[in-house]
Amino acid sequence: MRQASTQQQLTADSAAKTSQQIAAELFPIEANTECKPSTGLISTDRGRTIDFHNHLPTEEALWNLLDSVPDPEVPAVSVVDLGIVRSIEYTQSEAGQDDTGQEAPGYWQISITPTYSGCPATELIENEIRGALQRSGVKNYAIQQQLSPSWTTDWITDKGREQLRKFGIAPPAGDSRKPGIAADIECPRCGSNHHKKISEFGSTACKALYQCEDCQEPFDYFKCI
Amino acid sequence: MTINMDTQSNSQSEALYDYLLRLGDSPLILGQRLCEWCGHAPALEEEIAIMNIGLDLIGQCRNWLELAAKTADNGQDADKLAFTRDAHQYRNLLIVEQPNGNFADTMARQYFYDAWHLFTLEALCNSNNRDIAEIAAKAVKEVRYHLRRSREWIIRLGDGTELSQQRMQQAIDDIWMYTGEMFEMDDIEKTLVQEGCAADQQQIKQRWLDEVAETLATATINHPDPDAYMQQGGKQGVHTEGLGFILAEMQFLQRAYPNATW
Ligand SMILES: [Zn+2]
Repeated sequence: MRQASTQQQLTADSAAKTSQQIAAELFPIEANTECKPSTGLISTDRGRTIDFHNHLPTEEALWNLLDSVPDPEVPAVSVVDLGIVRSIEYTQSEAGQDDTGQEAPGYWQISITPTYSGCPATELIENEIRGALQRSGVKNYAIQQQLSPSWTTDWITDKGREQLRKFGIAPPAGDSRKPGIAADIECPRCGSNHHKKISEFGSTACKALYQCEDCQEPFDYFKCI
Repeated sequence: MTINMDTQSNSQSEALYDYLLRLGDSPLILGQRLCEWCGHAPALEEEIAIMNIGLDLIGQCRNWLELAAKTADNGQDADKLAFTRDAHQYRNLLIVEQPNGNFADTMARQYFYDAWHLFTLEALCNSNNRDIAEIAAKAVKEVRYHLRRSREWIIRLGDGTELSQQRMQQAIDDIWMYTGEMFEMDDIEKTLVQEGCAADQQQIKQRWLDEVAETLATATINHPDPDAYMQQGGKQGVHTEGLGFILAEMQFLQRAYPNATW
């Protein structure tokens, strides 16, 4: 057996191994990393620790809660950091009802705005926000879509821009009044500004597709609008 | 007196309703046409771009048709307007229902429409109808990118290889007779322009001609005869045969299973 050819050994080995073992050899994972979900990986787990059952949240606490709701298409960034959530206000209501049909002296009025007219995630985002509010025990709220003033990339926060970069998307250069020129756009991987535009539209309407000429990686650029 | 005033305000809101259908139907039909490229575009990047532009247009259409439904207040909504009207009730421009043809045909159609669309939306941002101005202000940012892209393609294909130049010239010549209609204003538009809520196509026409002349010159494409015969009728519901086929496909589900939801 010991003289068996390498080829045979490999075959014999393979037969004895489970597919998981083979996969582990092909794609080695660092030692001691158990397969436990990192926080924030599963969107419904985000914001779990914020609990408003039986008490009225503050406005700031609600902003923090919604900051845990990821944008469905760019999950690295929250709907707050993308500028989709426009306002959160507590409104005293005469009628004493919110949009969940519950009796209340007042309710939280949350205004959100679509990024693009045709953004297919608009309804989904509304549902994600509703879900986050419900899971945290916020009872009285109403979500309204507002079209004006129309969404602009200027509303993406600095934190959001940094998260976009880490996610591999070049954040918008310049602002909506004076969009940056090509030289202002930096490859999110190597920081180079030598690149070429592949297409005016990337994986979604809000992005253009570029390729870095230094590291050669293609990347999405979040267009200024 | 009361009856006269009512009749007048009725005809005003009917005119507005008709105008909103014009604004909404063109992006809807063009968006639908563009979707036919799904799985057939010359390159993956172009396919993605075409689908994104189609999506922008359908989103804009939804905003216009929702406003139309609100204006008419007759129990309609954007979906009902899109899926249950017949061809003669559609108010889109003839240019958007023309077949995709080859990639040059699609880009020629897109470029002429994008330029008109951008200038019209810019004018509508100043509409005294707040809802119209808000929808336009949102759409205008999106359409600026549509025009940038279609203009680049006219130039790249026109000032390209011998074959691409020939194809682009043919495409421009073929679609040209559907461009005149964009600037034809009937009584409905004239009345609404006077009221300050619609876009004055007389002013837009010159901007459009300047834009097109510059791009075609850069693209080494011969400018078609500006005084050529122009097809019209789309805004009044008289369409070419293309629209019937588009609607047959687009409306199939709601026609076969009325009020189906999922
Ligand atoms: Zn790079």
